[in-house]
Amino acid sequence: MKQLPFAITLDPGSSLANQTGSWRTMRPEYVDRLPPCNNACPAGENIQKWLFHAEEGNYHDAWQVLMEDNPMPGVMGRVCYHPCEDACNRGQLDEAVGIHAIERFLGRIAWENKWEPFIDAEPSGKRVLVIGAGPSGLSAAYHLTRLGHAVTIREAGPMAGGMMRFGIPKYRLPRDVLDYEIQRILDLGVKLELNTKVEDVERAFAEDGFDAVFVAVGAHLAKRIDIPAHAAGRILDAVSVLRDMETGAEPPQLGRRVIVYGGGNTAMDVARTAKRLGVDESMIVYRRSRKEMPAHDFEAVEAEEEGVLIHWLRTIKQIDETSFIVEKMEIDADGRPRPTGELETIEADTLILALGQDVDTAFMDRIPGVEMASDGVVQVDASMMTGRDGLFAGGDMVPAERTVTVAVGHGKKAARNIDAWLRGETYLKPEKHELAGPESLNTWYYDDAPPTVQERLDIVRRQSGFQEVLQGLTEDNALFEARRCLSCGNCFECDNCYGICPDNAVIKLGPGNRFQINYDYCKGCGMCAAECPCGAIRMVPEIV
Amino acid sequence: MTDETALQRVKFYQTGTHTVGNRLMDKARRSVQASMDRSNAITSGHRACQGCGEALGARYALDAALRASDGQLVAVNATGCLEVFTTPYPETSWQIPWLHSLFGNAPAVATGVAAGMRRKGRADVRVVAQGGDGGTTDIGFGCLSGMFERNDDVLYICYDNEAYMNTGVQRSSATPPTARTATTPAVGDAPGNIFGTGKNLPLIAMAHNIPYVATANVADLHDLEDKVTTAMDIRGARYIHIMVPCPLGWGSAADATIHVARMAVESGLFPLFEAEHGRVTRSKKIRRRVPVEDYLRPQRRFAHLFKKGQEDTERIARLQRMADANIERFNLLGERETP
Repeated sequence: MKQLPFAITLDPGSSLANQTGSWRTMRPEYVDRLPPCNNACPAGENIQKWLFHAEEGNYHDAWQVLMEDNPMPGVMGRVCYHPCEDACNRGQLDEAVGIHAIERFLGRIAWENKWEPFIDAEPSGKRVLVIGAGPSGLSAAYHLTRLGHAVTIREAGPMAGGMMRFGIPKYRLPRDVLDYEIQRILDLGVKLELNTKVEDVERAFAEDGFDAVFVAVGAHLAKRIDIPAHAAGRILDAVSVLRDMETGAEPPQLGRRVIVYGGGNTAMDVARTAKRLGVDESMIVYRRSRKEMPAHDFEAVEAEEEGVLIHWLRTIKQIDETSFIVEKMEIDADGRPRPTGELETIEADTLILALGQDVDTAFMDRIPGVEMASDGVVQVDASMMTGRDGLFAGGDMVPAERTVTVAVGHGKKAARNIDAWLRGETYLKPEKHELAGPESLNTWYYDDAPPTVQERLDIVRRQSGFQEVLQGLTEDNALFEARRCLSCGNCFECDNCYGICPDNAVIKLGPGNRFQINYDYCKGCGMCAAECPCGAIRMVPEIV
Repeated sequence: MTDETALQRVKFYQTGTHTVGNRLMDKARRSVQASMDRSNAITSGHRACQGCGEALGARYALDAALRASDGQLVAVNATGCLEVFTTPYPETSWQIPWLHSLFGNAPAVATGVAAGMRRKGRADVRVVAQGGDGGTTDIGFGCLSGMFERNDDVLYICYDNEAYMNTGVQRSSATPPTARTATTPAVGDAPGNIFGTGKNLPLIAMAHNIPYVATANVADLHDLEDKVTTAMDIRGARYIHIMVPCPLGWGSAADATIHVARMAVESGLFPLFEAEHGRVTRSKKIRRRVPVEDYLRPQRRFAHLFKKGQEDTERIARLQRMADANIERFNLLGERETP
């Protein structure tokens, strides 16, 4: 010990000689946990990360991060059913962050500023064929291009977009947005061949010289149903009606009264489309109740707002020209519909079947090695590859939930696996961080903030035209909404750990560089972990 | 039409001023503690217990005072934890001119330092005196009252952890009713400290009509720094009473220091207010009101109130009435227009 005369001046800060880190039994560690939004996103977006940039008003960086996973923010911000928002931890404080609305805003300003995705891959010299220009195919083409491969898309139809164009009505997805975001993908060098149906996949390998093929032709075949009919009236299917809206010279003739049969999103879309085409009565007949319908609740709510009449718990028993005999159903203890024997009659001129779609797999059946799953879809392995080496598949034609976002996610996943396969490697998915659940947060620190409401088109215009229903956010609203993010599980540099450490044992590394623990002095009290708002610090037992 | 950008217009900053810093907020509105070049008046290597509220409160207060005085600051310390854990001979954690004499004379020594500086023509050098609740409300009380009465140019800061923690958790005149200490054990008909008439030093300071009195708490850094800065802008006798939880003496978890301090404020047991010349001018509103149980339960010194099957509902209710009286008296829910 240093010898000093008693009661004189001591050297300032000389306590640094006393390394109190030796007291520690628990050690704080900075972690990155997986935010629930990212975990729930079928397209694998790093939502928390792009919101981090958006919070600062740095929309360009936000958009670039978004574009690493999803090439169509404008489309996605409109049509995705945002499972991220269902998972959002903020939902347990007040209401979830309006992620989709911010994504849509980013899509808009990227368009206004003509931003281009950042790509720096060297050309690989490999050629990949993508069959189908739907969300899955476009996403695969985009990601393969980002990875340096030359991509050709062959599309059977006259326009690119798949179900985004032929399944989702204009009032939910304006076509200029869709066209712009597709064109941006094509402008990266993706070759698109329209009206080119691929019948022989093996020939694409053998004669056209493609190194790998990704099939994503979707599910376009409308399911049918047998209904006894004395004299059948006009019966259409939902897929054709929606397709005719895009390609037909004039809108489909539906008569004065329309019944749509089914309770999915497509049923809602068709009924709402019919209303906009000017029918007097647009009705939905669905055999179960609102609770069991596969459609998202907002679709039913918006349909009803627009005047669509939904007959819940009804099945169509018999058709006689314009008379439809329907039977009342009830839900049994297992949640299944059960007939009651009670009958009613509904008058209508047209019946539109919206009972789901099947995949046209005929051209796949012929390929040796390709196997089918039980419900008429194509079997793929964990790398999205079919039984035929080098032939990958995704989107609605493989077993999965059928949404645009899932399809985009398939495209990305397939692209990464194709890329690895082309190099003779196996794609290794980065390990997932542990989930940042609500229990990992200290929500005291977040300011109260009500969600931003997106304006809706007035009801009269919704009933008479195809203008977009849901309006976008202004920059002010989008910035506010982005700042509602809690940054679950990922440091957002609030300085709490740095400030509240009684031992000054947290080192601030400066903007963007986060913090570091000084273990020479950290006593392991755990205050930094307890007071970290977002759960980015973990206490672990000290190894002795 | 102005050229304001959305970044200037949108006044919502995610965590606002609840966190120490905030990258979305104007630099001027961030706390002293958030800055990379803060003074760290007390540096690492001190011997305070894990999770010490006083080590934290003292750094918060003195770093803010250092910024407000452009680094021209002398601190005088009473005997107590803060003195012992920062300055075990021959080491010290202080990085400012710092002076310790006796347990009870810190206010008088500070008065002397201020007088000396004035005599030397160094009115720019400001003086802070500081002590724990023992050195302030008991042992140094007479000197402090004299310092107030003479309106000496000293900011006195009391770090109140509600007992003599340094010597083994003995009761002080700042120990709350029912709290168990080494000298008020949780036995008999009235376990823990008694319900006395109380010795509320901020109110006593106000009774001296000094220019500035405030209470603060380690759970609200921005409020604490604002009050220190306000006090440093004033000449004459000033008093700030800062509540600093003591994990050892209170029997709370080391990582719960901020939480316990926050519950003291949110329950109303520790009101945050400012007073000028004997009149309350402002009080900090409770953000999310909680019952006193939320404050008491995490502390083992109150464990006897919550024995399974025999909760001491009467005494808990009495403590709740104390909180309710504070809420009414200091307008902590903002029900009145005036403080």
